[in-house]
Formats: sequence, C-alpha cells, structure tokens
Amino acid sequence: MLLVATAVALIRVRGLLASIMLTSVYGLLSASFFVTMDAVDVAFTEAAVGAGVSPLLLLLTVAIVGRKEAAPLRGRRALLPILLVTVTGALLIVGTFDMPHFGSADAPANHHVAPHYLQQSWDEIGIPNVVTSVLASYRAYDTLGEVLVIFTAGVAVILALAPPGQRGSARPARPSAEEHLGQHTILQVVSKLLIPFMLLFAFYVQFHGEYGPGGGFQAGVIFASGIILYGLLYGLPTVCRVIPPPVVEILAALGVLIYGLTGVISLLGGANYLDYSVLADDPVTAQHIGIIAIELGVGITVAAVIITIYYAFAARLLREED
Amino acid sequence: MDFFGHFNYWVVVALMMLGFYIVIARGNLVKKLIGLNIFQTSVFILYISAGKVSGGAAPILADNIELYSNPLPHVLILTAIVVGIATTSVGLALVVRIHAAYGTVEEEEILEQNSSC
Repeated sequence: MLLVATAVALIRVRGLLASIMLTSVYGLLSASFFVTMDAVDVAFTEAAVGAGVSPLLLLLTVAIVGRKEAAPLRGRRALLPILLVTVTGALLIVGTFDMPHFGSADAPANHHVAPHYLQQSWDEIGIPNVVTSVLASYRAYDTLGEVLVIFTAGVAVILALAPPGQRGSARPARPSAEEHLGQHTILQVVSKLLIPFMLLFAFYVQFHGEYGPGGGFQAGVIFASGIILYGLLYGLPTVCRVIPPPVVEILAALGVLIYGLTGVISLLGGANYLDYSVLADDPVTAQHIGIIAIELGVGITVAAVIITIYYAFAARLLREED
Repeated sequence: MDFFGHFNYWVVVALMMLGFYIVIARGNLVKKLIGLNIFQTSVFILYISAGKVSGGAAPILADNIELYSNPLPHVLILTAIVVGIATTSVGLALVVRIHAAYGTVEEEEILEQNSSC
C-alpha cells in the first residue's frame, strides 16, 4: 500500500529533486517488502540499488540537466494517457482472476525446477543459501550473460559521456579538492567513520554469500556505494586519487575475465562450460571453488562498473560547471 | 480471504500503470526514466510475490525448517535489479547527451527543435 502511495506522490510532485527523494523512499519500501516476501537476497540488492545508487545517479543527472520540470498536460490532452492507463490496468486486473492465489504452494511457478533446487542442492552443491547455488551453479550461464550486460552498460556510459576527442578513460581535468573540503565537515567526519565499515561489510557479504544472504551482486553494489559516498563528500578528484579510473576500468574487465576463464578451465578439464565438477576431486568441493571464483568475478565487475558510471557522470558534471 | 487472494497482483497492476502513466504523460526525460523504474519494480514485485509460499522461510537451508519460498524468482530478480540500474544509467547518460545537444530535456521542446529545421 505504501508503495502505491509513494508512486502516486511521484506523479503529483513537480520538482525533479523531490521526485528523486521519493524514488529513494520507494526503493527502501520495496526492499522491506522483499524481506517480508522471504526474498532476503533481493532485498539486500534493492536496498543498495533502489535507495542508494539509483537516486544518486539521478541526482547527478539532474545536477547536469537542471531540476526544472515543465507543467504536466492539462485538459483534453491529459485525458488520453489516463484513459489508456485505466483500460490497460482494468484488462490486467481481469487477467489476474485466472492467476493462482498469493502464497499457494501448488502454484505453477513453484513447481518444475524449484523443488529440485530446494531438495537436491544440499547434496549436489553443499551450501545452505539456495539462491547462491542457483545463481552461480545451476544457472551460471544466465548470470554470465547478465554480468556481460552490466559490463556493456558501463562501456556504453563511458562512450556516451566522454568529452569529444578524448581517448582513454574519463579523468577530471583539474585538482579542485580544496574547494570541497570544509563544506560538509560533519558529514565528512561521520562518513569517514562509516565508510570503512561499509567496505568491510561488502567483503563480508561477498564471502559469506554461500551461508547467508549475500553474494557478488550485493557486495559489488555495497562496495560501490561506499566509494560513491566518499566521492560525494570529498569531491571527485580525491576519489580518483584513491582509486584511479583506469584501474577501475581494468577491474571491470578483469571480473568478466575471471568468470569466463572459470568456464574455460572446466572446458579444458573435459566437462561442459561452467560445469565445476572437474575443479577438484570431490564434486562438492569443486562446486565450492567454482562458486567462489564466479562470485568474485561478479563482485569485481559490478563494483567496478558502478564506480565507473559514477566517475563518468561526476566528471561530466565537473566539466559542465566549467 | 478468497477475495483478497489476488491482492498482490492488484498492487503490481496499480504500480505498473502508475509507472506507465508517468512514462507517457510526462515530457521530462528524467521523469520518464523514474516512471520506467517504477514499472520495472512492479515486475520485480510480481515475480517475488509469485515465489512466496505461505508459512515458508527464506531459501537458506537449515535443519528445522521444512517449507521454503521459491528461490528461483529471487535469483532472476536479484540479477535483474543490478542489470536494471546499469541500463538506467545508460538511459541517464543518453539524457545528458540530449541535454548537451538540445539544451533541454523536455520532450515537447526537443520535438519543436527537430521540426523547425
């Protein structure tokens, strides 16, 4: 219900800045919704992405393009979208009456392969978090594809935002760190205390992902948001000195490489691509090794790509200000 | 109970249509992307709520639990969220480029500039 209320508020609000704040609230609400739906891994990701990274990127964009929004449609012309939306929504609602009831264990979605994952994964893979074993072992192909999509998106952002004629990675031109210092003293002190714990927590999430909720995707996003927080408070040039953009870009590619090479190694061992059973004598241990390698690749790529995207936007903002 | 058995789908439909409305009724490109985000989240909620089993626990195996929620939608959505933020940022990057080329991010003004030349 709260989600719907926030979305309605999003329509009403005119200023882009306020809408972005509402987006963040919306992200946090949906994360808590996912917890009540037992989807703890998803909630982790949504809390970091929906409430953290995505409003930040929106804010950076708005800082570049300006926060003014034109008046919404009035009168006749406003009717058409409302009509279209109402009709589509009504049709979809009619469609839901054929759907299985909420929470029913015998719904079609809960059959087919899902019971196999729940019942067999302990014997076949040997790690408690079923989400991780499905993600990194049973459906490792899917995940490889998704990591590649993320990597490609990072490359696309760099290409779109790079200044004309520039070669190589996006670098801020001038060292203006001193301007930022002293502006947000309290925030800087607090964040200095918080950021190490955020980064540490990211590593915990990365390496504990087999036993509790967590894994490469979540860890990557949390790590990146720690770095972005640092960048927001201390200025882009300062973060760039800590983690140079070329290093991040190489890391993004390295993560994909780790993932792909794990598959190639199992090919060389005589098994199928991304079949980990040849990585060790004991198949369960082999699965462990394979999953750790893949989650590492995922974590590195996700963190590096999101930091790269942040660098690209922030560097663009610096240039626009000049 | 029977009547509210489809409540989750109605929330999904409501959110999806609200997002859709923002996309088609608002001219500001950033706002359109926010609308797309809401649309996207409604799909996430559809998947996750389809995987929920009443009385089930989070799919992390433990000794004294018999019933778990379906882990498969969780995997799909978990990766979809991260892919979603990556694609959204590509969209935002394009918005920035459009702003650089046209000096505005309002759809109407962009169309005007296009038709005048």
